[in-house]
Amino acid sequence: MLTKEQIAQRIAQEVKHGQYINLGIGIPTLVANYIPRELDVVLQSENGLLGIGPFPYESEVDADVINAGKQTITMLPGSAIFDSAESFAMIRGGHVHLTILGAMEVSEHGDIANWKVPGKMVKGMGGAMDLVASAKMIIVAMQHCSKDGHFKLLPSCTLPITGVRCVKKIVSDLAVIEIAPEGGFILKERAPGVSVEEIKSKTAGKLLILDKVPEMQFN
Amino acid sequence: MIQKTVKDAKEAVADIASGAFLMMGGFGLCGIPENCIEALLEKGISDLTIVSNNAGVDDFGIGLFLKKRMVKKMISSYVGENEEFERQMLSGELEVELLPQGTLAEKIRAGGAGIPAFFTPAGVGTEVAQGKETREFDGKPYLMERSFISDFSLVKAWKGDTAGNLIYKGTARNFNPMMAAAGRITIAEVEELVPVGTLDPNQIHTPGIYVQRIFQGNKYEKRIEQRTLSV
Repeated sequence: MLTKEQIAQRIAQEVKHGQYINLGIGIPTLVANYIPRELDVVLQSENGLLGIGPFPYESEVDADVINAGKQTITMLPGSAIFDSAESFAMIRGGHVHLTILGAMEVSEHGDIANWKVPGKMVKGMGGAMDLVASAKMIIVAMQHCSKDGHFKLLPSCTLPITGVRCVKKIVSDLAVIEIAPEGGFILKERAPGVSVEEIKSKTAGKLLILDKVPEMQFN
Repeated sequence: MIQKTVKDAKEAVADIASGAFLMMGGFGLCGIPENCIEALLEKGISDLTIVSNNAGVDDFGIGLFLKKRMVKKMISSYVGENEEFERQMLSGELEVELLPQGTLAEKIRAGGAGIPAFFTPAGVGTEVAQGKETREFDGKPYLMERSFISDFSLVKAWKGDTAGNLIYKGTARNFNPMMAAAGRITIAEVEELVPVGTLDPNQIHTPGIYVQRIFQGNKYEKRIEQRTLSV
């Protein structure tokens, strides 16, 4: 099983030179730590910044420079600031190449649920609905099952959904999975030491095994 | 130049009454109109409908309005980090309309720009689509969203001049420029109020045409929600 950091590390391997990327809150934020230095990429924060820099040192903290998780951050040479309408214009307009976000459930058709548990948790969707409706490539970082063993990769979502048929790829603590265009979870890679049988037993939706399933590689 | 200056927050919000439809700038606690919030708390009005991306935290920002039961309805995209909000929402005391953040931003932008409605892909097939027209363009479904115009927009900028021209700083810009344009009356509070002619016209983010009242805030706490440091 992968740690959160390892999930982030595996997702970072999907990042390509020249991409503009939006990272969601939680594990996706960690992906920034593992993007190879030789790749030039720009991180977008939907509250109005292109070019997210590292967290500040104490002396650099500026209450007016935060990311979408409300964390203090820094800007980089070449950063740009804009308002929220402009931010989502670039998101809906397809200018952001890659969106990485967390999920509570994903269906075998690529539907995603991550904003509401009726009667329990209603924090809101933030920018997630705009992001999943528009990004060309959407990768989900998630735990394969919930802590109490409930399935999260399902034939169809049980929670209110955030977007329809939008997820392309999932990296969980157990596997790398792609969503088949006609529906189904295509098992592409296994976490080190995790068997295909275990992944099968922890996936409620249709799991497709089209080829040999290698273990994930980490440098 | 038309002079927009008022003395202070109290004078700026003097005619905001119970039942008003307000827009309030800010993302989290970043770029919120702290001085107007304080002045409204003292007025003791209620039944407000507030458009704001977030609802503050329990003891700061719009969270203070909630504690005093001043709010009838919140229109927001993300309302975590606020226990009193969650309690009032789940108990039904507070009406809440949650919208995708980009839809919220565009509803405000469109309102200020004289566009009554627009189509967006965000929320298609979700709860957000309930009761809204869905239409296909080039084979892809979109939701129709109506725009917003407020009775009063309360915005916060870094610098402003007495004609109402505004410059924001960093990510404190967020929803403020669109809200300024979408207010029937827009009240701008700034950290530094300067005479006309001081600001570089090339650098103005919000032209003064959108601002009816401007004042320099007494103080800014600029509370940080998640102080995160490199070590």
